[in-house]
Amino acid sequence: MFDAVINNISYLMGGYWVTIKLAFFALAGGIPLGILVGLGRISHNKWVYYPVTLYVNVIRNIPLILVIFWFYFVMPIIIGSPLDPFPSAVISFIIFEATYFGEIIRAGYQSVSKGQIEAGYSTGLTYIQTTRYILIPIALRRMLPSMITQSIVTYQDTCLAFVIGLPEFVRRATIVDTLEVRSIQLFGFVAIIFLITCYIASTISRRFEIKEQEGG
Amino acid sequence: MGLAYEFDWSVLWRNPYGMYLVQGIWVTIKMGLIGWAIALFLGVIIGTMRISPWRWLRFLGGAYVELFRNIPFLVQLFFWYYAGPMLFGASLEKSINSIIGLNYYVAIIALGMYTASRVAEHTRAGFSSISRDHYNAALSTGLNHPQMYRYVIIPYALRIIIPTLTTEFLTIFKNSSIAMTIGVLETTFMSYKIDSETFHGLESTTGACLIYLALGLAVVGLMGILESRLKIPGMIGR
Repeated sequence: MFDAVINNISYLMGGYWVTIKLAFFALAGGIPLGILVGLGRISHNKWVYYPVTLYVNVIRNIPLILVIFWFYFVMPIIIGSPLDPFPSAVISFIIFEATYFGEIIRAGYQSVSKGQIEAGYSTGLTYIQTTRYILIPIALRRMLPSMITQSIVTYQDTCLAFVIGLPEFVRRATIVDTLEVRSIQLFGFVAIIFLITCYIASTISRRFEIKEQEGG
Repeated sequence: MGLAYEFDWSVLWRNPYGMYLVQGIWVTIKMGLIGWAIALFLGVIIGTMRISPWRWLRFLGGAYVELFRNIPFLVQLFFWYYAGPMLFGASLEKSINSIIGLNYYVAIIALGMYTASRVAEHTRAGFSSISRDHYNAALSTGLNHPQMYRYVIIPYALRIIIPTLTTEFLTIFKNSSIAMTIGVLETTFMSYKIDSETFHGLESTTGACLIYLALGLAVVGLMGILESRLKIPGMIGR
């Protein structure tokens, strides 16, 4: 029943490995940049706040597919030579996902009430101690479920690198499909792999959410 | 630094490329609006199923949401477009595949069904923000369960979730760009087509980015008006 998948399993799983690598680099770059973006969004310095806000609002209103294309076209002009699809895709994912992570971090920070911070100061904690023992633990716990959800979204988004010809999971499934014409099992297989992995990850994320509600 | 690249912004309005973009915008808007109608209709029903007192309805609603949220939209689109007709058997497959504009219809339905799962989650969140007292008060006035949802809970929940639905409405236009992968002639496809005919992809994709930004601003403006009209009296404004 799954003959086309079984015959091409090493080729398909090679594509899945590209997908995993892409998701890893996108998160490894996107989360740190997202932290900077989040800090910029709560900054009181208008030279930081306004440029970062513009960056976030512009990127969040543009489809990811277009961001991928745009970097694919602009990178050769900047670096002077044609760029491989993989680094080009990684750069577009980092730039794109950082805006989403940034907004999660901003929301988490703003969810900590002023009263809690002032209570920290009034017990005699210093600024650093208040940040270390009150602000960061509370904000982190509030952000964690959304951060995991956004990481799952990033993992799903990586298949859009398809459009610049990167031979990742979905691209390889279409290549096998043009040869074998077994669309149901090939795309069914891709769908099941994504369904299982994302379902497990979102179950973990929900567990954190429940813990937060009990602890909160 | 850099390749010698001659910018030619006239690809955004020059004949015939300007017309390509106009056609693309029209298709993007149509897909977004029809897809949204499907998503809102299905999504509200499924969101309501998820909080209903009947166990198997809750299960069906939950299964729908998990299935559509945990598979990337691109994969869903490919599945419906390439594998969908095969599901009907060999004889029907031919006649389905000969439908003119099949990719366009498949894209709209897939977009609607995908977005419905997200609308359902927002609807459920809206329901859970309504206090139990509202449910009890509605039932105590003699309404039965369907009437309670139809006249009290759903109108109330919809108004609460308008801000999150605005975000979702913006997302449907952005997600419609993925339909280019099955050859639907929408804005992103057209900007790509201009690149393949002129090799000025940077200008054409920048133009497409500006189009999506303008579309986004228009949606935010419209929904802002709607939000202030439908605001629930006594609630804290944003």
